[in-house]
Parts: sequence; structure tokens; C-alpha cells
Amino acid sequence: MSDVQEAPKTRRIPAPATNTESLPFWEAAKEGRFLIKRCGECGKAHWYPRALCPYCFSADTRWEESPGEGVIYTFSVMFRNTPVPYAIGYVNLDEGPAVLTNFVDCDLATLEIGQRVKVRFQETEGGPPVPVFAPV
Amino acid sequence: MSIKGKAYIAGVFEHPTREAIGYTTPQLHAECAKGALEDAGLSKDDIDGYFCAGDAPGFGAMSMADYMGLKLRHMDSTETGGSSYILHVGHAAEAIAAGKCSVALITLAGRPRTARMGMGGGGGGPGRGGPPPGAAFGEVPEAGFENIYGGSTHNTYGMCAMRHMHDYGTTSEQLAWIKVAASHHAQWNEHAMLREVVTVEDVLASPMIATPLHRMDCCVVSDGGGAVIVVSPEVARSLNRPLVKIIGAGEAPKGPRGGNDLDLTYSGAVWSGPAAFAEAGVTPKDMKYASIYDSFTITVLMQLEDLGFCKKGDGGKFVADGNLISGVGKLPFNTDGGGLCNNHPTNRGGITKVIEAVRQLRGEAHPKVQVPNCDLAIAHGTGGSLGTRHGAATVIMERE
Repeated sequence: MSDVQEAPKTRRIPAPATNTESLPFWEAAKEGRFLIKRCGECGKAHWYPRALCPYCFSADTRWEESPGEGVIYTFSVMFRNTPVPYAIGYVNLDEGPAVLTNFVDCDLATLEIGQRVKVRFQETEGGPPVPVFAPV
Repeated sequence: MSIKGKAYIAGVFEHPTREAIGYTTPQLHAECAKGALEDAGLSKDDIDGYFCAGDAPGFGAMSMADYMGLKLRHMDSTETGGSSYILHVGHAAEAIAAGKCSVALITLAGRPRTARMGMGGGGGGPGRGGPPPGAAFGEVPEAGFENIYGGSTHNTYGMCAMRHMHDYGTTSEQLAWIKVAASHHAQWNEHAMLREVVTVEDVLASPMIATPLHRMDCCVVSDGGGAVIVVSPEVARSLNRPLVKIIGAGEAPKGPRGGNDLDLTYSGAVWSGPAAFAEAGVTPKDMKYASIYDSFTITVLMQLEDLGFCKKGDGGKFVADGNLISGVGKLPFNTDGGGLCNNHPTNRGGITKVIEAVRQLRGEAHPKVQVPNCDLAIAHGTGGSLGTRHGAATVIMERE
């Protein structure tokens, strides 16, 4: 298959490592729902999701659905060792926590700190889809 | 000097599970920690020292410290298999006796039984069903949420530089001055990989690797190594070598710790530096020479600010115009050429930072870069990634 093919627009994402602690997140991701964890005791949301609250150590952490909206805290566009440039960065979710992610479906040259973005899910190689963010 | 009577065991907890179906290993570590804290009548925020061994998933103590949201000034991940935790009690007592921490947490946890049954899912690690007994690589808690995004040292440090530029107006030209200074030093080092003196323009013209970092903002990849021997005062005085005395040390991990109030413009040096300076009874202004870990130019700039060589946000101005060049500027740094030009053995630059500081204090650096009457020096480093989780370490040395 040496025919000229259109270059992929986004980087392929490997299957995420999943475990019992994160399973509800990945099950929801398959349905296009973005879950975060919030502590039932201190009320703080956190990321990445944990069984125990990283702020007060309570075991009462609860899943909640998030609209997955926030602003770009920072990013970097990677040019080295990749067939297609891609952007990695953090989103500050409206609920508080920062989420490490890729920024997709946009001209990477126009990304800006402070820009509003929203979650979407991208297919992975043999695993559940993972959250990525695109400008709104 | 002895640990005798200098430390107490205040809390213990043994997890009741024998078949941890539905658990992850990090969760077990955290539940054990919680149980021991409750037994002692302490809370998580009281912990300032953390000890773990190879069963703790992740990079040394850093992943678990971040998972549990610990704020630490001492950590130790010495691995001696099943005896590690007894050894850790001894190390914790030493650390407490030396004033390096006052509440030390030691954890052990794992689930070789359920992992072998393929239950609970380590995920992504060796064997997919979970890690083999004693090996925790498959259960790194952040892995599923981070490793998928193509993070490397280049782009995660790039994220820090991007935000630093946004918050403080730092420029690529200012970052380039750090590489320029390193190259001025490397020209005299016959072992250095890159001995050519470069200019700010050269750095800016080098290919973009991960915005805003150019190729010349990045350290070299090299083989090699190093070693250090630390001795008692009695041994030191019995030897025919200049006396390089250790007068202060500090350490601290930093990570997102749950993601609220993320600030990538500072490093763990904001804690390790002041601790080391306080112990040494000196200030940044007293330093005649500085070895500063230079995985990237931004690494140097942030750490210089965090250590207190200049105000936060003023790093760009501080490093510009050759201020880091020996014989030219106010703070000679990395006079061997550093990681940016000399070497970066096995992608770990910490030990070479200590070695060049010792050369300076002994007066054994290259004559072209030797700092006159160099009697106080600092070696500081960052391991892991400033953009995710890292450990900062500072040592201050004095020529006696």
C-alpha cells in the first residue's frame, strides 16, 4: 500500500492504562460523558480521579459529570519525533482542577493561554476513548 | 551522635485485606497511610517525610506523594526488598534526629494475589493483568490519565516556559542567554560534547522542538556517569584533599496534587532552597558559584528565581547579557558547560552538578572558568518533569 495517503491530522493516541479505580471514568468516556471526582467531605473536586481525596484523605470521593469546559492554562506544540505536530497542555476546568490533555481540531498556531476550550473524546488504539479539548 | 531516643513510632496500621479485589495498589498505600494516621491521631497535612520502596507505583516516591497529596521536605525510596521498611524506620529516625522532618510516613502495599488472578487490573504494565509481585510499574496512578498525551521532557518543560513567558514576559532571547553562557564555559572543557561558542541568534535560529523551546534550549543526550564520596570530618582531615564541607541541604517534591491552583512557573526549589540556605546560615548573595540543573534553559531560569538569586519573574533579566558567564557576570554557573553543552549522563544531570561545584571549591576548575577565591557554592537540581511532578534537591558546600 504505497499509494500516497493523506497525512494524519492528529497524533494517534495509545490505549490508556485502566484499573478498578478509574474504570467508571472510562465506562462513561465510552458514552461521551466526562466524569471528575469530588470529595463528599471537603467538597473539593480533584484530577486525576482517586479513591481517596488528595486534599483531606476522605474515602468519600464521588463521581460527577462535568461539562468539561475551562480555559487553557498552558500548552506546548511538539515538533520533534512525531509525524504530525501536536499540542499538549493543561486545561483549568471551571470546577477547579487542571487536566493534562491534547488540544485538537484547531490550528495549533492559534492556540492561546486563557482560550476557552471544551472536552471531546478521541478514539485510541484498542482502548476506551480519551478526553481531549478543542477551542469553543 | 546516635538515633537513640531521637524518634518515636506513633502510629501503625495493618490492612485487613488478603485478596484486594477492586483495589489498586496506590489506593492500598493510601488506605494504609490513612489508617496509621488515625491510629496516631495525626492528619495528612502533618506528614513532612515519606518513605517507600519498589512496591510503591511510579517514579521513586513522587507518584505516591502526588497521589496522596503530600507536602514533603524529606523523602526516601531506598529499595532493599522486604527489609526496606525496617531500614526506612532507621532512616526516618536519622532524618528526624537531623531535623529534616518531624512526621515520617512509611508505606508498603501491593496485590500480587489478585494481580496474578487478573483481577483489579493494573493496566498497561508488564503482563497486562497486573504487575508481577514486587513490581509496581503497571499501577502508576497517573499513567492512564497522562501517558496517552505524548508528554516528553521537551514539551512538558515547554509548557512551563510558555506559562512563564505569559505571566512574566520572559523572552526566548533571555532563555538563549543561558545556553550562550554554558557554551562560553564548554569551550574550555576538552570532554564537552558541544564546545563551540554560540550566540543568542544561533539559539533562536535552531529548530523548534517543543514551543517555545528550540533545539539549543535543550541539553545534550550523552553516555557517561560520575561518583561522589561523602566522608566524616575525621576522614576528611586525614586525607590529602581540600576540605569541601557540606553545610546545608534541602529537598522537596512538587506535583499537581489534585490539580487545583496549578502553577508551573515555580519548582520545588522554593522549598528545598530556603531549607538548605537556612541550615547553612548563608544566603543566595553569598554564593560564589552555582551548579544549576540545566535540562533545558527554562529549568535554569526557574530554579534561579526559586532559589532566591532574583525575584520571581525577574529570571529573564537576571540571566541576560552574560550574567552567568564566569569572569563576566555576577553568578558564574555550570562552568563545565553543564547539561546544555558538556554532558547529561543517562539523562540525569544531578551528579555532574555536585562534581563541578567541588572542582570550583577546590580551585580545580579550568583556569579560564575558575572563580577566584571560590569558598561557597550551591548545587541544585530537579528530577522528573517541572511540567508534571518532580523532586527538587539543593546542597550548599563551603571550602574550609
